Amino acid sequence: MKKRVLAVLLSAAVAVSMVAATAATAFAADTVKIGVYEPASGDNGAGGKQETLGIQYANSVQPTVEIDGKEYNVELDIVDNESSNDKGPSAASKLVSDGVSVVLGSYGSSVAIAASDIFKQGGVPAIGVTCTNPQVTQGNTHYFRICFLDPFQGTVLANFASDKFKAKKAYVLTKQGDDYSAGLGHYFTKAFEDAGGEVVSDTFPEGNSDFASYVTTAKNEGADVFFAPVSTEAAALIIDQAASQGLEAPLLAGDTWDSNVILNAAKGKNLQLYVTTFYQEGGNKEFDEGMKEFVNSDSTNKANNGGNDTIAAVSAMGYDAYFTALEALKGAGSTDPAKVNEALWDVQYDGVCGHIEFDKENGDAVRDTAYVKQANTETGAWEFVGEQGIK
Amino acid sequence: MEWFSRNLPYLLAGISVGGQYALIAIGYTMVYGILRLINFAHGDIFMVAGLIMIYASTVMPMYISIPLVLVATVVIGFLVERVAYKPLRSAPRMSIMISAIGVSYLLQNLALYITGGLAQQYPAIPWISDTITVLGATTKRVTVITPFLTIILVIALVALIKYTKIGMAMRAASKDFETSQLMGIKINSVISMTFIIGSFLAAVGSLLFFTNYTGVTPTVGAMPGLKAFVAAVFGGIGSIPGAVIGAFIIGICENIIKGMGWTTFSDAFTFALLIVILIAKPTGLFGEKSTDKV
Repeated sequence: MKKRVLAVLLSAAVAVSMVAATAATAFAADTVKIGVYEPASGDNGAGGKQETLGIQYANSVQPTVEIDGKEYNVELDIVDNESSNDKGPSAASKLVSDGVSVVLGSYGSSVAIAASDIFKQGGVPAIGVTCTNPQVTQGNTHYFRICFLDPFQGTVLANFASDKFKAKKAYVLTKQGDDYSAGLGHYFTKAFEDAGGEVVSDTFPEGNSDFASYVTTAKNEGADVFFAPVSTEAAALIIDQAASQGLEAPLLAGDTWDSNVILNAAKGKNLQLYVTTFYQEGGNKEFDEGMKEFVNSDSTNKANNGGNDTIAAVSAMGYDAYFTALEALKGAGSTDPAKVNEALWDVQYDGVCGHIEFDKENGDAVRDTAYVKQANTETGAWEFVGEQGIK
Repeated sequence: MEWFSRNLPYLLAGISVGGQYALIAIGYTMVYGILRLINFAHGDIFMVAGLIMIYASTVMPMYISIPLVLVATVVIGFLVERVAYKPLRSAPRMSIMISAIGVSYLLQNLALYITGGLAQQYPAIPWISDTITVLGATTKRVTVITPFLTIILVIALVALIKYTKIGMAMRAASKDFETSQLMGIKINSVISMTFIIGSFLAAVGSLLFFTNYTGVTPTVGAMPGLKAFVAAVFGGIGSIPGAVIGAFIIGICENIIKGMGWTTFSDAFTFALLIVILIAKPTGLFGEKSTDKV
């Protein structure tokens, strides 16, 4: 009997607090909500946190927006999609039911694709920040994206491998069931083979941490480059194995590896490591300084950025995505998600990572250059190699 | 010769990872032998040992943090048994199994909360993480040490079970739980000892495993834990030599399969092999035939 009374009391308390919460949001009329759909844990947690940091910094720089002559406070509604295709949709549903006007994210194309239908049904537009797989925006009108795409990035990397290393044979390692990894690996392979090269590919399953055999295979095959478009967690393990087996071929990777997780893993090791990315630190002085100050001002921010104040390209992209969203809100003249969706097609914005404008077909950003960086394994910092377009 | 030096790294990786699975598998097989319980939390104890090492090594030197990891892991293993399994000793076997699953998720989520969900970099333990060359194959020293250390530990364990009083008590308890209790064996201390030994070996396994594969995430224990469990079943659950041999077979098989270029199927092959063995020999390689007592 006692237990039953307790249960009734508890459920009553929950009900009351829920009503209170809804009431509180209903009364704060001058707030516009921007959803942040990013991983804070799981395989892509490190990158997702850095992207979120960029968005949070942008929010601290510009916390208000004027919509149709009225000043609104911008509130970030941040959810964790756990880098998981199963858990992503429920995080996305929360954003939809919270009534956000537009969603930013996600880092990692798989989770973005997994949540796409939820946003579509909820009528909420989404802006992909660094999800590079073509399928994210293909065949829909609500998902936009401000970064370059994998067919472009894969070709850039393949061209870079043949230009810089005169590579004839490449070893490509991708993760099973990961759209980003498989996609980028596929486009690299295609471009590399079109240029007359030979590709040896392997895949590894989720949860694998033993990369010894893969590195051995790459060595035995005599590959000139080792291309691994994988998450940073797997990357750290691959770097470690490559160094302990004395792999001579340079490691190549896409945007995900542009993270200080990689720099920490590669520091003090004898290997060559190149990545393509969206933004090069030093590209915009004002942003760099502000971002560093924001990261250093708070110990949680610093921990989320990987323990130091190196600026990740994904943070810069997050920053740009936030302002792109504000432009769309201004253009729509309303906080209604449907109007914001329409306004997004015409948004133009000059961000720290370059000019942003969406094509009229899929809502992809129009971009034609990527930056290539090399990890300096002595100092643990990125060094700028050059810009690379496609031939 | 060239063929040999090309393929040696696969074999080395297989033997080494097999040794690490063996150290975890012993924990499964001993607990099962005595309690008839599949301790699902064992893989997570392995993960926690990794995390303790990461945090300990940031504040204290290696010669303190390594013993600390061993002691702390043993204490956690002991506490898990006392808190989550002992109160359920007379409950149906299913309840205690569910309790084990609960502990597993509790440990994973605690780790998620403490680490924030990001992979933590395992510290390099001096000497064993140096790079060496064996017959033309470059690898870490730990790869070579693991099988020997595993075999030494297993011999010590078998001796402990054969020749000491507590070992005799363990054997008695695994033969017949209730009768051994009636014969005056303090069953609780026997069970605690089982968990202490299992956790100690898991801690040693984690030192070796993470030195080679340096990322620790909250779910990192799941896959090695599952493979070690499979190894224990494969060798005949309840049998220590069986678990060790099973672990080496699984470790070597999966790396040879990767070496042959069928990386996509390496896990599938491992588990298919398990099914084949179990169909041919349902009790595993060294399992005892179960006789129904009337």
